[in-house]
Amino acid sequence: MKHIVRKTTVLTLGLALVLGASACGRGEAAAEGGKATLAVSTLNNPFFVDLRDGAEAEAQAQGIELSVVDAQNDSASQANQLATAATDGSAGVIINAVDTETAEAGLAPVVAAELPIVAVDRSVGETKVASFVASDNVAGGEQAAKALAEALDGKGKIIILEGVPGASATNERGEGFTKGLKEFADIEVVSSQTANFDRAEALDVVTNLMQSNPDAAGVLAMNDEMALGAIQALGDKAGEDVKVVGFDGTEDGFKAVEAGTLVATIAQNPAELGKQSVQILAKAMKDEAVEETVQVAVDTVDTENVAEYATK
Amino acid sequence: MSSVATTPKKGFDFKAFLANNGALVGLVVLCLAMFIATPRFLTGPNLMNIGIQVSTIAVMAFGMTFVIVAAGIDLSVGSIAAISAMTSSYWVTTAGLPDGLSIIVGLAIGGLCGWVTGAMSAFGKLPTFIASLAMLTIVRGLTLVISDGRPIATGDAVSWLGGDLGFMPVPILILIVSGLVAAFVLNRTIIGKNAFAVGGNTEAARLSGIPVKRVLVTVFVISGIFAALSGMILAGRLDSAQPTLASGYELDAIAAVVIGGASLSGGVGRISGTLIGALVLAVIRNGLNLLSVSAFWQQVVIGLVIAIAVGFDVLRRKNVRH
Repeated sequence: MKHIVRKTTVLTLGLALVLGASACGRGEAAAEGGKATLAVSTLNNPFFVDLRDGAEAEAQAQGIELSVVDAQNDSASQANQLATAATDGSAGVIINAVDTETAEAGLAPVVAAELPIVAVDRSVGETKVASFVASDNVAGGEQAAKALAEALDGKGKIIILEGVPGASATNERGEGFTKGLKEFADIEVVSSQTANFDRAEALDVVTNLMQSNPDAAGVLAMNDEMALGAIQALGDKAGEDVKVVGFDGTEDGFKAVEAGTLVATIAQNPAELGKQSVQILAKAMKDEAVEETVQVAVDTVDTENVAEYATK
Repeated sequence: MSSVATTPKKGFDFKAFLANNGALVGLVVLCLAMFIATPRFLTGPNLMNIGIQVSTIAVMAFGMTFVIVAAGIDLSVGSIAAISAMTSSYWVTTAGLPDGLSIIVGLAIGGLCGWVTGAMSAFGKLPTFIASLAMLTIVRGLTLVISDGRPIATGDAVSWLGGDLGFMPVPILILIVSGLVAAFVLNRTIIGKNAFAVGGNTEAARLSGIPVKRVLVTVFVISGIFAALSGMILAGRLDSAQPTLASGYELDAIAAVVIGGASLSGGVGRISGTLIGALVLAVIRNGLNLLSVSAFWQQVVIGLVIAIAVGFDVLRRKNVRH
């Protein structure tokens, strides 16, 4: 008896949690120029808030009723929200997946309803989508490499800080670095080591690397967190004897650009991601042909234009 | 009590020395190898760097030693380091409360988290592995909630923990002082003696009147406090508390304790051994950077060194016993 009571309690609690989570954030809307759903992984991150704002503005311009649902980083919630989207009269779905692996199952009802799907920022596994809209990491890497090379007047020894080994961002940004550095023959990469996108790890790695390469004049990091760790390791040298370039355009990154310790960072453009995904979906909803992948440009942010980004 | 083999023979017994100090021998061999591989290894500034870099893991591992000696395991230390660094920074930077108290607040949060883990396993009868695994994710989640997923700048007091005192880096000072305190508590006080007794044989300890549950809670509180200190050193070095700070460090801390000769089945462990274990890990990481070994191979090498270090230790002990 006791066991049954306990099991029932656990079940009830579990159900309550699931229902509670999925009940959040369902918007109702009347269709004008068609209705669509934007399923966001989480709005508890300014990046995705900007993405939503960009999407909503474009939807208004296109006369589309856009219902935005927030999965709060829970794939089960997102699956429920997608199932709702498949039946609530939406004519298309934009998905920013919580998780690439589980998105496939979640999208099944949408696929069954034969609605066009646009994936934004994160891919959705094997599911057939009309288009995949994402930031261009390779071009961003190229821009970062150029920004550093120019800050060094095209010559000198540099250290590269890699991200998590094997992650797609690591590979793509690395590819961009190589491309960008190709035209600067006098830039020599003396060491390329991972700090796993982590600030604390970069602090140790750069401290160590400055021992083996005391004459290094630049650090090219695959994200801002590692660039900030490098700046911490370099102390007074940062921005003076050693130039550092980051990637991502985080708030702390912009502050470092303003302080002069970071030469530049590469900012993704979440509002543009949102805008372009709505544009693509609008076309797909009218059965027009769309590109399979859309690469949204990223911006190099340095002392000249940091003011307009930092205030965002 | 803390060492395995003791020999009644007088004079220097080399075999026994090897058996008791396998990790130290390993560290010396490793340092020699690095010295031969790169001239940059054995320089004053680089050794100072290693000292600073080892401080975080070593301090965390000192606390972990108590839990492992008592036959437990604490997977929550990385998360506790993060929440302590985060709350002490939030205390000053976001809430504007007195800077001087921030370190105490951080340590108290660490102790509190440890108490919860200890209570879950002592009174809730959860295995320490599960109780601390639950705390690993609960505490990391709370850290994200407090910080809203963003880094918070540290206050002056916490930043000082990562700074310098004259020519001496503060993390190294803390490493020395906390190591001495941990060794004293483990070897010379009733807390340590009880931890060894519980870890050696829980049932015998209970029958001889040792308050087993209270001992279990105490070792987790100690582990939490050391983890908190370690987290604040790390945040101090960065002048910023990261929500992802020290994630995965629990595995390094456990590795350091085990390389240092402690037994995961409890009853055996030394603070000096733990320090050596942490140094082994720090020297490998430093050396692999100096040698510019590729990221893919670094993980392979670190894993191999852990396996070899512990494997040799086990073999040596066996040989001496027979």
